[in-house]
Amino acid sequence: MANAIDAPALQVKRETAWSMAVAALVMVAFLIAAPFVLYPVFLMKALCFALFACAFNLLIGYVGLVSFGHAMFFGWASYLSAYAAKSWGWHPEVAILIGTATAAALGGVAGSLAIRRQGIYFAMITLALAQMMYLVALRVKLTGGEDGIQAVPRGRLFGVFDLADEMTMYAFVLFVALAGFFLIYRIVNSPFGEVLKAIRENEQRAISLGYSVDRYKLVVFVLSATLAGLAGSLKALVFQLASLTDVHWTMSGEVILMTLLGGLGTIFGPVVGAFFIVAMENYLASFGQWVLVIQGTIFVVCVLVFRRGIVGELAGRLRVKL
Amino acid sequence: MFEIFGIPSQALFGQLLLGLINGSFYALLSLGLAVIFGMLNIINFTHGAQYMMGAFTAYLLLQYLRVNYWAALVIAPLAIGALGIVIQRFLLQRLQNLDPLYGLLLTFGLALVIEGLFHNYYGSSGQPYGVPDALQGGHNLGFMFLPNYRAWVIVFSLVVCLGTWFAIERTRLGSYLRAATENPALVRAFGINVPRMVTLTYGFGVALAALAGVMAAPIYNVSPQMGSDLIIVVFAVVVIGGMGSIMGAILTGFALGIVEGLTKVVFPEASNTVIFAVMVVVLLIRPAGLFGRSA
Repeated sequence: MANAIDAPALQVKRETAWSMAVAALVMVAFLIAAPFVLYPVFLMKALCFALFACAFNLLIGYVGLVSFGHAMFFGWASYLSAYAAKSWGWHPEVAILIGTATAAALGGVAGSLAIRRQGIYFAMITLALAQMMYLVALRVKLTGGEDGIQAVPRGRLFGVFDLADEMTMYAFVLFVALAGFFLIYRIVNSPFGEVLKAIRENEQRAISLGYSVDRYKLVVFVLSATLAGLAGSLKALVFQLASLTDVHWTMSGEVILMTLLGGLGTIFGPVVGAFFIVAMENYLASFGQWVLVIQGTIFVVCVLVFRRGIVGELAGRLRVKL
Repeated sequence: MFEIFGIPSQALFGQLLLGLINGSFYALLSLGLAVIFGMLNIINFTHGAQYMMGAFTAYLLLQYLRVNYWAALVIAPLAIGALGIVIQRFLLQRLQNLDPLYGLLLTFGLALVIEGLFHNYYGSSGQPYGVPDALQGGHNLGFMFLPNYRAWVIVFSLVVCLGTWFAIERTRLGSYLRAATENPALVRAFGINVPRMVTLTYGFGVALAALAGVMAAPIYNVSPQMGSDLIIVVFAVVVIGGMGSIMGAILTGFALGIVEGLTKVVFPEASNTVIFAVMVVVLLIRPAGLFGRSA
């Protein structure tokens, strides 16, 4: 795929460090102050989706790979962590690790299959594999079928902190999400990340320069799946629920929408997009299927006239990198 | 009654027939996707929604205007195809010089809008649509019972598929189309209106989806979500077949329908995942797809 995604201007270098730092400070300050004003559960949901969207953005924004199947990592991780916490009664941190590891393993298998084809086929393969895993979730006992896994205990973190307390849970989710954001930032700005961008811009040239493109793609796919799984595991504990909605293809669509709206290939875009979409769903919950119509409309508008997304547009106007 | 490998013939042929029916829809839909992909280089995610709209058009025509199945078989593809032309002309054309992935995202968004709208007005429960009078009943073939309508679906979709193949591979218009797929700039230089051809191709692909929708209406209930689950299976079919060949899309569609039907007899639990499993195997041994040219 030559010049895949319109990334915001890359010529800015010097100002990069401070614009990023300022934005990060604003974000952290907001997230620390927010639970005193907004509902912690809403914020935790938004943070989980923000992490999910950032993980997804690692693929679409930096390698130009569109996965239409990220729900399988998010959903299956949430099933496994919910199962570990409830049926085995394991500590929340272990349950989260189990969920995340599940997503990583699934990512390894799905990734090695999907990278065998490029572009549009990649999207279709990931979608089909995710649908297969959805149908599996519908059948097997572990997931509880239509009921899902309900009343998952949040437990005590490291046996010390009681996560049933909303503020403690929020602090934990915030910490994990910020760690995830930072990790993604480091990945993108590492030599490894530079190769990823080279693959996005011109895959053939990256191959001719001697990079084993497939291996890079597989590694970043597994990383993305793993982080999506981390987000899914967290979400299972926050809502004390793992259900079929999380593995359904509409979830894959939602994460694409968040990333697109926030800005493909920007560090902060997916976070903004996730908060935006989660807030919208909160306010429009009573409108039923209109949410689908509105989401679809946002897709169409974004693709036609707003391809840089909120943060990409902002970064372009301010001539900084975000 | 007789048995084949310990399976009653009635069950075996019954499932084979169901498989062929599903295969007809896979073939019609993947054919439409392949035709659109060839010219526009995008994957039409709205295809499932357009199939659903075809079925709904038939249902609404009968419900409110007393227009029967046979007329719907003509009107629905024309109407939904015309709508497709509008979509291509005003939305997709603006994405021409961008990465094809934007086309995928746009058509995905459109599918959400359409499905959401139909959900709002008709709920998620299915609406029944009767089999047309002329095709009521069926024949007992001795080894199985063949309902007339199902036989009609298989035969008619075969005719449509082969007709499309003939039009593209064996006529003058088809040769322009194939040439424009290879090199649009050159074909344009010969004085052929390529943009119009692209628009009409999209309309035609969409019309095929709507036609499949009308044919599906008497078999499955007419419901807003009838397209979205089907289209994901059709994507797997397209990955298996590869979109490079028209005949390939048709053959893969029918073959996978049969595979699915047979699985239902032998190992029912796997019947709705078997196509995805086949996709995995094909990706492992022939990544370009059975009929695909390696990219």
